[in-house]
Amino acid sequence: MHTALYAATRTLRAVFVVWAAFTLTFVALRLLPGDPVALMLSGRGGFAELTAQQVAQARTELGLDRPLIVQYGSALADALHGDLGASLQTGQPVSRMIADALLPTFQVGTLALLLALMLGTLLGVAANLTASPLLRQLLRSLPSVAVSLPSFWVGLVLIQFLSFRWHLFPSLGDSGFDSVILPACTMAIPGAALVAQVLGKSLHTTLQEPYADTVRATGAGRVRLLFGHGLRNAAIPAATVAGMLVGSLIGGAVVVETVFSRPGMGRITQSAVSAQDLPVVQGVVVVAALAFAVVNLLIDLLYPVLDPRIRATGRLVTT
Amino acid sequence: MNPVEPVRDHESAGVRGSRVATGYGDGAAGSPGARAAVPPEESGGEPLLDVRGLRIGYRAARGTRLAVDGLDLKVAAGEITAVVGESGSGKSSTAHALVGLLPAGGVVLGGSVRLQGEELTGLGERAWREVRGRRIGLIPQDPGVSLDPVKPVGAQVAEVLRVHGLATRRDAPARAVGLLAEAGLPDPDQRASQYPHELSGGMRQRVLIAIATAARPRLLVADEPTSALDVTVQRQLLDHLQEVVTTTGTAMLLVTHDLAVVADRAQHVVVMSQGRVVEAGPAGRVLADPRHPYTRELLADAPTLAARPPRGRPGTAGSAPVTVPGPASADAAPLLRVTGLTRAFPVRGPVLSRRRTRTAVDGVGFELGRGETLGVVGESGSGKSTTARMILGLERVDSGTVLLDGVDVTTVRGAARRALHRRIQLVYQNPYASLNPRFTVGELLTEPLRNHGIGSRAEWGGEVRRLLDDVALPAGVERRKAAELSGGQRQRVAIARALALGPEVLVCDEPVSALDVSVQARILELLVGLQERHGLSYLFISHDLAVVAQVSDRIAVMRGGRIVESGPAAELLRAPQHPYTQQLLAAVPGRSTTEDTPCR
Repeated sequence: MHTALYAATRTLRAVFVVWAAFTLTFVALRLLPGDPVALMLSGRGGFAELTAQQVAQARTELGLDRPLIVQYGSALADALHGDLGASLQTGQPVSRMIADALLPTFQVGTLALLLALMLGTLLGVAANLTASPLLRQLLRSLPSVAVSLPSFWVGLVLIQFLSFRWHLFPSLGDSGFDSVILPACTMAIPGAALVAQVLGKSLHTTLQEPYADTVRATGAGRVRLLFGHGLRNAAIPAATVAGMLVGSLIGGAVVVETVFSRPGMGRITQSAVSAQDLPVVQGVVVVAALAFAVVNLLIDLLYPVLDPRIRATGRLVTT
Repeated sequence: MNPVEPVRDHESAGVRGSRVATGYGDGAAGSPGARAAVPPEESGGEPLLDVRGLRIGYRAARGTRLAVDGLDLKVAAGEITAVVGESGSGKSSTAHALVGLLPAGGVVLGGSVRLQGEELTGLGERAWREVRGRRIGLIPQDPGVSLDPVKPVGAQVAEVLRVHGLATRRDAPARAVGLLAEAGLPDPDQRASQYPHELSGGMRQRVLIAIATAARPRLLVADEPTSALDVTVQRQLLDHLQEVVTTTGTAMLLVTHDLAVVADRAQHVVVMSQGRVVEAGPAGRVLADPRHPYTRELLADAPTLAARPPRGRPGTAGSAPVTVPGPASADAAPLLRVTGLTRAFPVRGPVLSRRRTRTAVDGVGFELGRGETLGVVGESGSGKSTTARMILGLERVDSGTVLLDGVDVTTVRGAARRALHRRIQLVYQNPYASLNPRFTVGELLTEPLRNHGIGSRAEWGGEVRRLLDDVALPAGVERRKAAELSGGQRQRVAIARALALGPEVLVCDEPVSALDVSVQARILELLVGLQERHGLSYLFISHDLAVVAQVSDRIAVMRGGRIVESGPAAELLRAPQHPYTQQLLAAVPGRSTTEDTPCR
């Protein structure tokens, strides 16, 4: 009963997030200086020889002469039907462009997310399990170092050693699983550091709580305490961070795809932004928001599984 | 804390009789300690636990701070030995050292701890795991935070059996239900699959008892097992623990700050102060004939159920406090008159669910005369704090009126409201949380003056010194930060701050419950003194009947948002009318030692 309502409200919230992202980018992009028609026409050929009549005609074709609210309404209706308009640069349908770019980015992103979660969990747990104070200190400071490494630099270093020197992986392009590994590692490192930091910290906190004393007083060892009790208590902040990672992976794709010369969402975004290709930018934002909202919805639905107190009240318990 | 009104334990006390196969006594036979031959003590039998010269320290950046310095104690099978002391006495460190679980930085520096003849100090982690739970069970302090919040309670009990290999994966759950039943948890079958937040404080403590006793340890270490619970629940749990000790021959070390509990339950007592044992012996002897000055002080400061002597109040010329509405003359008009005060809170649920409410305060009415103290007693969830907050205008009022000198506090706005605030002030429960630790005492005391635009900067200095003098703090405290002060000093500052605006009514919400007994006694004396000097009226709210009795002219007993009984303090304590008041009085620990006080 509570759980169903909880799921319903979270789903509504996710829908709202996507709608808000659509609306905000729509408004923001219309406020930008620059004439989309001029951009479009300059993209397809010389702008100089166009007459005012031709410009006006293009404007009418695009529906840009209508009031903003009408434009917004029809854009929203089209978007709901999967039509995100056409690129001003190439004239290709945006949905087609995104569909093509999604797969390579999805491959890298999913692998990066998995790597980040695995590596981060491993580090966070290890930092709390080791008995040696020196090692613990080392494991605890590692994430802050890793977070501060710029990912283009990490990518270049990986290419330098693993591709050029040792010829383990291809340095660029999109040619099967081998080519996914280096970009995924590059993208995973800041994420793994973040997960390790948050999980390590919340594990540390939860293992200091009085219930940990109760468990230890029954004769349970540290391993049992950590895996049987601590991990689940510490999981919620870590899950929240994992949800935010999805957002940062989309941003990370821009850098990584440029460094590794891979096709994908990052490349589309980069070229669309620099060319002020409004429909493409709008489409990318909506798809990114959708991915972000869906993943965070799944994580929201995971909370009540992790913490029974949320099942009862539908609210996060802050302790 | 708990969104659901907790089910009180006494409603299902009958379950306690249903015992499931105990198995006590079968545990120790095979343990290594059983065969250890130790020369018999001069007292006769060998004590189960024998602690000698125990020293515990905490390592810090600048050397080691000694927390326990040379503790000796013995606990025999089937007996309760109590360790009594105030905060910082080292009693809790002792309890944790006995299970080898000192907090970070804590180390046993010396001495010996022998359990059934076997030395425990210096055991390795692996060896400790055999001792914990199996040979020594720990009952922790605060049931609210001592259970894993994300695991069903049954699984937490079953885990103990699994850890010690006493049950298989298959039969552990059923055994856990049996253990919960034995610990007196009502409906153990269903409760076993519930989570800690779904149980009341008393039930959670029963789960913790089931965990501590699951592997049948010969020694139970109980660290303030009931101090976070209401008195009526406390009594049932102590009864249960005592029964476990006497029927199964388990030994118990009871760590407590409450001498009354010691008097009721323990055979032996060890009184600790600042890490040292100041006095030890049979509980009866130590409490009846304390030899050390510290023990005497502790006994004298412990609140007893003695009512404040009836006194003449300013303005009413010694007559009984006005309890009947409708003043006969102007000077008999109550300063504060509360009628039909009601407040309901929505029960928390998902956003879209139908709103349900729980009535926290339900038609509360009372009067408070000038210079009078009205004590409000109630257990957790009785609505006493909500009542206080509504009177102070900190909480919305659903219905009812709060008249201060004929002006309704609940409806005034703006400047009039600010003016009313000056006349009615709050002293909050926790002096550690209610003062900004980074402010100096001087800043804390001038803040209300500044906020209300009273006096000039030049006058504030003198005002601060006058306030500090009023609450018996040295003038030098003015420049110190709140964080540098002790709990008692902080509460004095909090009282001084409340007095800064020259109020007529002070609402004291559990003003001493976070303090040690000796500090508590001094603060209560201070409050009584201030009342006499300034003619203050107090609304004194507490869960502790003994504390309320000490300062109040009249007492109102609250339960479930209603005042169930009220009357002059002495009368109410002597002849309680309402069954709940009677129950509350009967549950107060240490009743046997207060037999000779005037109220009995």
